Amino acid sequence: MLGTLSNDLPALQVVVPLMSAPLCLVLARWPRLVWILCVAASWTSLAISMELLDQVLSYGPISYAMGGWAAPWGIEYRVDSVNAYVILIVTGIASVVLPFAGASVAGEIREDKVAMFYTLLMLCLTGLLGMTITGDAFNVFVFLEISSLSMYGLISMGRDRRALTSAFQYLVMGTIGGTFILVGIGFLYVITGTLNMADIAQRLPEATQLRTLHTAFAFLVVGIGLKLAMFPLHLWLPNAYAYAPSTATALIAATATKVAVYALLRFVFTVIGPVTAYEDLPFGEIAMALATLGLLTGSFVAIFQENVKRILAYSSVAQIGYILLGIGLATALGLQAGILHLFNHALMKGALFMAVGCFFYRVGSVRLDDLRGIGRKMPWTFAAFVIAGLSLIGVPLTVGFISKWYLLQATLQQGYWPLALLILGGSLLAVVYIWRVVEAAWFGSPSVRANDAKEAPLGLLIPTWTLVLANLYFGIHTELTVGVADLAARTLLEAIR
Amino acid sequence: MLHHTVLRVIAKLLVPVILLFALYVQFHGEYSPGGGFQAGVIFASGIILYALVFGLDDTMRALPPGVLKILSASGVLLYAGVGLDTLLLGGNYLDYDWLADSPTHGQHLGIFLVELGVGITVASTMLLLYYAFTGREQGQ
Repeated sequence: MLGTLSNDLPALQVVVPLMSAPLCLVLARWPRLVWILCVAASWTSLAISMELLDQVLSYGPISYAMGGWAAPWGIEYRVDSVNAYVILIVTGIASVVLPFAGASVAGEIREDKVAMFYTLLMLCLTGLLGMTITGDAFNVFVFLEISSLSMYGLISMGRDRRALTSAFQYLVMGTIGGTFILVGIGFLYVITGTLNMADIAQRLPEATQLRTLHTAFAFLVVGIGLKLAMFPLHLWLPNAYAYAPSTATALIAATATKVAVYALLRFVFTVIGPVTAYEDLPFGEIAMALATLGLLTGSFVAIFQENVKRILAYSSVAQIGYILLGIGLATALGLQAGILHLFNHALMKGALFMAVGCFFYRVGSVRLDDLRGIGRKMPWTFAAFVIAGLSLIGVPLTVGFISKWYLLQATLQQGYWPLALLILGGSLLAVVYIWRVVEAAWFGSPSVRANDAKEAPLGLLIPTWTLVLANLYFGIHTELTVGVADLAARTLLEAIR
Repeated sequence: MLHHTVLRVIAKLLVPVILLFALYVQFHGEYSPGGGFQAGVIFASGIILYALVFGLDDTMRALPPGVLKILSASGVLLYAGVGLDTLLLGGNYLDYDWLADSPTHGQHLGIFLVELGVGITVASTMLLLYYAFTGREQGQ
């Protein structure tokens, strides 16, 4: 029976987390069991995504007809090297974050809300995976809403009362973003009369309503830009990351923006086509300009934050800048660097936010003042933070170095040496804000709260260190990440010809 | 509300009719306008009318929030479970053709079960929303 199921992996990829979400509610009385179920579901998802990537790399793209309805009429799930790679990122992070959740959630969430929290976590995962795997433009919107709605809920469960206002702020911004995306998809439907991505792409060259097409493109870019926190549209992000529960921050920061970037890539390259985006419309110039602005302001503002989670959140805005810069270049190397950084940034931000989650577990605060001297009390957590921080800066032997290296090459290949200097400048700013945390945590005299803290429990340390070691492993063994990113970039660019 | 006799009598008359109509919309969804979502909303509105006239406490005693939470989850499980069943029977996810001997029967059965799942989830979620807005949860 399992043999026949191997053809249904694209559906199971979404169905496994989807079914575990309501099961969490049913089992609400046994929080421990709920946790075990979610860990099992996330590990199953990871296994499925590895098998999918393997199938795609050996046999080419997979198409799956939902409900047996063939592609342009029914909903098609389509897996190629681009989204198989993004799915691997999402499930990989989820299967490390969920074991971490066990102790972290017990410490941060009221006991009667724990099952609800896991339900939302699994729904969020469902939405993100669905957005990535589907080949249907409208389906992207549906899954986007599933992931967004569950994210608003997750953020609002933070212990700080400000979590509620930041969740509401994100809800307003996120809904505007979602509506813009829907309007964009609606315009595409008006032009082509179909919702299947491949079908839209096939019919667009014959389109005569160019103004509608350009409007659709503008709506899509602004809508997705809100979701991925493109520079002037990033204002929801710092508060949302700062006040959400540690587990939710780690999952959302490492995956949600990555999936939004994937959606942008899919719409720009596969659906609308780079000719319209880069030649008829100035998408490349706009993306690069906003990317550089975001890179500089994000890093700069991060330096002046007093809350460690906010430092990391602003640094995320800057890192999105690196990814967008690669996409804006629109060369094979630039795209490869951007896609590579999706993976690498997920690894480093996941590790950093989990280390901060460990601090929060013991200290109950993530303000720099309260974390003074914590490094000597929690050496293992501190070491994890430092290594992940070095990776964020881009020190050789870490993943951060690999993506910065490819991005530098991509800018220099085009002769944009001022951009290359900016990338290096961004790294220097990262040194400053990571150093501020290190200085307070290691050299500061212990604060009242830090004085009674002891090392985080193994249940938190093991997942955190898994990601930290992944930062080092993929910084040395780059065949998988660089290879697949290269393949993905070429797949996206081939769509034109 | 004890002295509003007219209101109480009319409500008592209307509630069963509304619930019955909800079931009609539910089970006739394949042939006529309707389906799980509409039926669920109508069903919930019948119970909300009861709660408006006879008070939230009585309603909550008949339909406790804990039970509704499990019901709302089981509707989704029913929907997804039908899909899982079609997978195990050898078809694609939610391909109802495989559910019975003939594809026509299978499609009937599949849509019926899936819409039932939608109806259960929508009705219980609507009631949970109503409880959340009108009641004050203890301990908050």
